[in-house]
Amino acid sequence: MSRHTLSVLVENKPGVLARVSALFSRRGFNIDSLAVGQTEHDDISRITIVVSVEELPLEQVTKQLNKLVNVLKIVELDPGQSVQRELMLIKVRADAETRSHVLELVQLFRARCVDVAADAVTIEVTGTSDKLEAFVKVLEPFGIKELVQSGLVAIGRGARSITDRSLRALDRTA
Amino acid sequence: MTERMTGAQALVRALEHMGVDTMFGIPGGAILPAYDPLYDSTKVRHVLVRHEQGAGHAAEGYAQATGRVGVCMATSGPGATNLVTPIADAYMDSVPIVAITGQVASAAIGTDAFQEADISGITMPITKHNFLVTDPADIARTIMEAFHIASTGRPGPVLVDISKDALQAETTFSWPPTMQLPGYRPVTRPHSKQIREAAKLIAESHRPVLYVGGGVHKAGASEELLQLAELTNIPVVTTLMARGTFPDSHPQHMGMPGMHGSVSAVGALQQSDLIVALGVRFDDRVTGQLSSFAPHAKIVHADIDPAEISKNRHADVPIVGDCKEVIADLINAVRAVETQGDYAEWWSTLNGYKKTYPLGYEPAPEGSLSPQYVMERLSSIVGPDAYYVAGVGQHQMWASQFIDYENPGTFINSGGLGTMGFAVPAAMGAKMGRPDATVWAIDGDGCFQMTNQELATCTLEGVPIKIAVINNGNLGMVRQWQTLFYEERYSNVDLQTTRRIPDFVKLAEAYGCVGLRCERPEDVDAVIKKAMEINDVPVVVDFVVHKDAMVWPMVAAGTSNDDIQIARDMAPRWENEDE
Repeated sequence: MSRHTLSVLVENKPGVLARVSALFSRRGFNIDSLAVGQTEHDDISRITIVVSVEELPLEQVTKQLNKLVNVLKIVELDPGQSVQRELMLIKVRADAETRSHVLELVQLFRARCVDVAADAVTIEVTGTSDKLEAFVKVLEPFGIKELVQSGLVAIGRGARSITDRSLRALDRTA
Repeated sequence: MTERMTGAQALVRALEHMGVDTMFGIPGGAILPAYDPLYDSTKVRHVLVRHEQGAGHAAEGYAQATGRVGVCMATSGPGATNLVTPIADAYMDSVPIVAITGQVASAAIGTDAFQEADISGITMPITKHNFLVTDPADIARTIMEAFHIASTGRPGPVLVDISKDALQAETTFSWPPTMQLPGYRPVTRPHSKQIREAAKLIAESHRPVLYVGGGVHKAGASEELLQLAELTNIPVVTTLMARGTFPDSHPQHMGMPGMHGSVSAVGALQQSDLIVALGVRFDDRVTGQLSSFAPHAKIVHADIDPAEISKNRHADVPIVGDCKEVIADLINAVRAVETQGDYAEWWSTLNGYKKTYPLGYEPAPEGSLSPQYVMERLSSIVGPDAYYVAGVGQHQMWASQFIDYENPGTFINSGGLGTMGFAVPAAMGAKMGRPDATVWAIDGDGCFQMTNQELATCTLEGVPIKIAVINNGNLGMVRQWQTLFYEERYSNVDLQTTRRIPDFVKLAEAYGCVGLRCERPEDVDAVIKKAMEINDVPVVVDFVVHKDAMVWPMVAAGTSNDDIQIARDMAPRWENEDE
């Protein structure tokens, strides 16, 4: 099975996320990661879904998604042709003795320390799944107290925008 | 021109503008505001049913008999949840219906208010689309959008849930509204390159089959189909949803494929080298075990729903489009190809199957009645101009097998969902859509007991349908499986209706219908003729049939079509079996 990143442009209406996520579970597909948020256009939201499937089922799920009336457009983003990022917040044990060592790793991974307490620091890190995984691994020996991670968001490289044409479709009906 | 009115008035006005002449429903608290202006409407006839499930199936029957959108209405909570089964049924069989439900006031939504159910959430996976409307200004536009979505592209059910306060509040109404469906763009024009490719495959093939499904009639393409079939001389199989789309009497018709299909239809698909699939979805009841379905066939698959293509079986030539346009284009493309296929050998094989393995049945034990015989007599006496509406089970399969269909859309049944109880309300809806036609419901004694309360509706509303209850006292199809696969352990299938509990004749009379009974083969013709003479009230005929009749041929679930049996432990002999 291979991982695929789908960018799904949807109408910004109540219940659309439920329609999309329910479709995945109903048709028997597991979502690895899901992120949803606004776009440069108020009427359009963008859902980024990472799903592990073979080529044929991917085609099927894309077609089924396209049938949802609120779905405007679906684009699969190739990891090589797009920028893909996840955000992670990690609370890690760090006292006077270990704090400097932890902060060194923060620097190495170009992460940021966003909160400091007597015996713990909270770190913000963004990057690809691989980078985040590696970062968690090096922090593990210090003791990870809490970890939270966003879904992956992705955008294609270059000047082209995938929202342009969908915007025109929206304008026509307005 | 804009007018001030309540949301409820806007709803009724919108339905009138959409050309709704008949709708089915039951009022209740949350939908009450809508029933007030409906009371004054001179254009919309609202039929008060006895159960919301009846409203939904009636809307389906109306839609299938007329080709227009069927409409049903219910209140919030239990009224809405009672519509769930017909909505799911319409979703599976691509029937265009619009279901309108009342919802609790918007301020109460989410509070577990009295008669609150999240019906848009519940029906999300079984509707083509649904709406929750809380602003009266959105009602007219949403109704137009609902009808548009239900009736275009691949048809299907659309639910519009309207909060009570939106129905009560004042708004401005203007018609027509502007639809806002930027994400809805069904493709109807087929790709010309794919059409040419399909025509080329047809010319190159030696054993082609036209595999025709419900989509062909829904596209109104039965004439084009006949032309294409006769032009190419390719054999035709019609699925359960396509019975009548191609005339049964046509020499190129091979019958129905699938689990209870004819040997000639199943054999044609299995041995073909090219399947031209039109408006079908390669359902498991047709393909049997998918991996051994038509192993040597290339597939041309045309459907208006792109997601159906290559869903179950890979399509070598995918064609997305409306079947009417697809077939018309195929006709032109086939004419443009210089060489035509030579199918003489193929026809000799298939005609052999047709002759050697016609549909048949074992005679009933002395003195008892065969259900299949009842179908045959109905077919000859009532004829092909009537509508036949079946429930689900053995009687449905016999109705498909032993009634001859010559006209598209004349066999209405619950194919995909397999909803017992479909027949009576759907027949009522069909008859209201086609008041001049004869409408026979063919029901089982199990099915009939699920929805026969709509006989009251039929009698009071003047809807003189006829119902043949094929009464074997059992849940017959389940019993058949218990006979074949559960060592004749008949767990919970004996309804004991042959003991006349209930007595269907008395039941019919209690509902103001005429009740007739037939228990002997020699009485069948007279009873059918008598039923045909009664046209002022509904007629129920209790055909008491023997319980051991089975539906044959049969491909056992999950097995290969090649292992079709024509009777218990009897397999047909295929030609070229050792190839």
